[in-house]
Amino acid sequence: MSDITKQSLSELVKNIKDKKLSSEEVTKAFINRSEKSKELNAYITEDYSSALDKAKKFDQKPNLELKLPGIPMAVKDLFCTDSIRTTAGSKILNNFVPTYESTVTQNIWNEGAILLGKLNCDEFAMGSSNETSFFGNVQNPIDKNLVPGGSSGGSASAVAGQLTPITIGTDTGGSIRQPASFTGIVGLKPTYGSCSRYGIVAFASSLDQAGPMAQNVKDCALLQEVISTYDPKDSTSIDFKRNEYSKELTNNIKGKKIGIPKEYRVEGMPKEIEELWQKGIQYAKDCGAEIVDISLPHTSYALPTYYIVAPAEASSNLARYDGVKYGFRAKGENLTDMYEKTRSEGFGAEVQRRIMIGTYVLSSGYYDAYYLKAQKIRKLIKNDFDEAYKKVDAILTPSTPSSAFKIGEKKDDPVSMYLNDIFTVPVNLAGLPGISIPAGHDAKGYPLGLQIIGKAFDEQNILNIAYAMEEKINFKNKITDWWIK
Amino acid sequence: MSKNKSEYLINRKDNQYEVVIGLEVHAQVTSESKLFSTSSTKFGAEPNTQVSLVDAAFPGMLPVINEFCVKQAIKTGIGLNAKINNRSVFDRKNYFYADLPQGYQISQFKDPIVGEGKVILDMPEGQKEVGIERLHLEQDAGKSIHDLDAQNTFVDLNRSGVALMEIVSKPDLRSPDEVSAYIKKLRSIMRYLGTCDGNMQEGSLRADVNVSVRAKGSKEFGTRCEIKNVNSIKFMQMAIEYEANRQVDLIEEGKSIDQETRLFDTKKNETRSMRSKEDAHDYRYFPDPDLLPLEVSDKFINQLKTEIPELPDDKKKRFIEEFKLSPYEANILVSDIDTGKYFEEVVTKMGKNKDIKLAVNWITGELFAVLNNKNLEISQSPISAKNLAILVNLIKNGTISGKIAKTVFELMMDGDQDPQKIVEQKGLKQQSDPKALEALIDKIINDNRDKAIEYKQGKEKLFGFFVGQAMKVSGGKANPQLINEILKKKL
Repeated sequence: MSDITKQSLSELVKNIKDKKLSSEEVTKAFINRSEKSKELNAYITEDYSSALDKAKKFDQKPNLELKLPGIPMAVKDLFCTDSIRTTAGSKILNNFVPTYESTVTQNIWNEGAILLGKLNCDEFAMGSSNETSFFGNVQNPIDKNLVPGGSSGGSASAVAGQLTPITIGTDTGGSIRQPASFTGIVGLKPTYGSCSRYGIVAFASSLDQAGPMAQNVKDCALLQEVISTYDPKDSTSIDFKRNEYSKELTNNIKGKKIGIPKEYRVEGMPKEIEELWQKGIQYAKDCGAEIVDISLPHTSYALPTYYIVAPAEASSNLARYDGVKYGFRAKGENLTDMYEKTRSEGFGAEVQRRIMIGTYVLSSGYYDAYYLKAQKIRKLIKNDFDEAYKKVDAILTPSTPSSAFKIGEKKDDPVSMYLNDIFTVPVNLAGLPGISIPAGHDAKGYPLGLQIIGKAFDEQNILNIAYAMEEKINFKNKITDWWIK
Repeated sequence: MSKNKSEYLINRKDNQYEVVIGLEVHAQVTSESKLFSTSSTKFGAEPNTQVSLVDAAFPGMLPVINEFCVKQAIKTGIGLNAKINNRSVFDRKNYFYADLPQGYQISQFKDPIVGEGKVILDMPEGQKEVGIERLHLEQDAGKSIHDLDAQNTFVDLNRSGVALMEIVSKPDLRSPDEVSAYIKKLRSIMRYLGTCDGNMQEGSLRADVNVSVRAKGSKEFGTRCEIKNVNSIKFMQMAIEYEANRQVDLIEEGKSIDQETRLFDTKKNETRSMRSKEDAHDYRYFPDPDLLPLEVSDKFINQLKTEIPELPDDKKKRFIEEFKLSPYEANILVSDIDTGKYFEEVVTKMGKNKDIKLAVNWITGELFAVLNNKNLEISQSPISAKNLAILVNLIKNGTISGKIAKTVFELMMDGDQDPQKIVEQKGLKQQSDPKALEALIDKIINDNRDKAIEYKQGKEKLFGFFVGQAMKVSGGKANPQLINEILKKKL
């Protein structure tokens, strides 16, 4: 079956359950395609032979009751995986092999999935183009020398390029939704507290959230159902009633009120993004939803707020990478010298930049002016959403202010790079769920995404809206397999 | 303020200086597991055998608060008559050190779990109130070991993450003696509560000591220096004495005092500068985003209040009222929870016709001396409360004299023997038969006629000689009171 890798997760699950495909066949197919796709540089660590062993073992005694029976899957290299190297895209963890498993990946293996390998990402998830990875750029399957977005760039590339049927990423300021948008796939950032952060290399603890990335909304719903569990090992995990998202998925969104925030019409936004948004509004109407104009007045403060809060937390979270206990260590004359050399050589430029920003905004004399003020604005941004949700059930915006750009194009212009996250960061600051679905193409034929933002814990609702709109949009990703010789 | 004889002042030529001291006590919470992880807190284990992935700050590891430690901190707060805060926040205190795996210590900065309280000290000149500023929970760091290797430092993370209570006093202490009394009082309260074992040798209790001086009578505070991490009461007192004199000398020389952190060198008995204010760390405190604010309800706090045992101050009051003890005696008996327990057991076992004063004297005299000599806690006393009660009763009812009782006491220590049996077996019963004693005394007077005459002529000192003879002849068993009476009559 040559087209195994073209099948969606739901199709693969059905075929395995119907015994039309074995786990081994499926696993082999994705390994073969992954091996032919080295030019995408989506993987940091491959675990193919052990994946095949596991697939064979699964087939000997298949448990077909599971939600992901014998499904091979590669995951972002930010998730700690027991006995498999976990690098977070950084030199400083280049040799780090955890002895433990993240809760989210454990949930996935518990449902029968099999690890193919670890996917490339921006170093410590800091980046919007996957160019900050110590393990090199990732290619976007859409076109040569195009960034896949970031930080979950390897994950987006691997799903769009059909190297894995589905994957998980993490999203701190847009790291799932932006690359999903750049590669023409679906990516969900769940409500903060929905998926456990235990065992995920931390970037900014109050913003980080794991989530599914998939070819379509239904696959996304299924994976969300698997990964979202209450976890006492994460003090910020929230114990709420979780739906069986895939089972409860419906395209009936008649009468749903969808808000259009005027503040997202940002200055300098390309015309085609505005057009896409208008098209999205029409699709939503076609599905029977009611469109409501809303205001999120503090939107313009979201990006600066984010770039204070996230680096502040990161500067502290990354203090543990000091060469003392694990990971890379440079030789030094004394303790301080060892610290300085280890961290100068072990961290890349973007990570160092954010550690510096974070250290600065937390330092005495600046704390009130930056960190404290940012926390206050963060509250205002959340209040904006709370107010809006008195009137609407969900909010529709573009996912990104542009389509994917060329590798190297924005590398030396951090501010322009940060602007990529302008539509996604408010969602993280407010702890809300947001999903990006592919909704069209720009003039160059590159995919563009729309974002649907929901109320906290209301993943089902935005999945339903996305599901209904997906049907209307009928998006076809233009993958030419240009990288396969 | 009244001028007190025991006021601690530093004198120079014409000037007198008062010493102002505030303490930051670090008390290790008594708990099975650490503040944010499940590893054991047991002291003395092999290095790095009680370390979880959380304690060693592995990537992706997250802290989860140990509810028991929270309860311990609240109980301690109640014991310090302090305000318990319904909402407190854990902050990160950021700094790099090899034995600080996270690169930050989780502590409480702006919103501690316990607010203002007070502790009453019993000083020889009367009671003194010391204000408590706050109590907060924090993690301990690991241990760096520098002397195992010439080239390398070794790190032991067993202590990393163990829960500490930092108890900050107001600058209310004025002398090394008050500091000693304060530490002892804190330790006593925490031991009553079972929230900290107060073991200073094992580092369960240590303190940063803030010292400043000012001209006597001045209301302004002087510039303070903080002496870090002093781990015995004696060293605290020595450090304060040295530091206060150092500061006074600087003032006398017309120099200013730099606000700085200092170390106490126990070998040289001096404090040394560690880092100046300019070099002070910028800890970049901010709320730990891995932990939600700690919310405790009034119900939760009230439940803990019902679990608080009678504390030293209350027990002292009761001992004074119930047993008619002097404040001094009561103080000694309540300072340690087990001493109070022992005393009350002795009182109970003595039954109806009891002499509490006598019991107190025996506990604080003979028994304490033995415990001291043998370096034992009262809970390990070689003489049980029951047998001590019997001994005191034997004295009280005249069966044995106080002197014989000391002999019996010595014998009791061998396997906690019943004093009644010892008295019977060794024939140590007091001679209280007046007729027998009269005969004995008659004989003594007869044998020492010359002395009897001298006595009658006014040499009253000789009375003691006759008493001594009577005791000697009776082998110490004669009832001394009767001897006195009979002698007076006969002479």
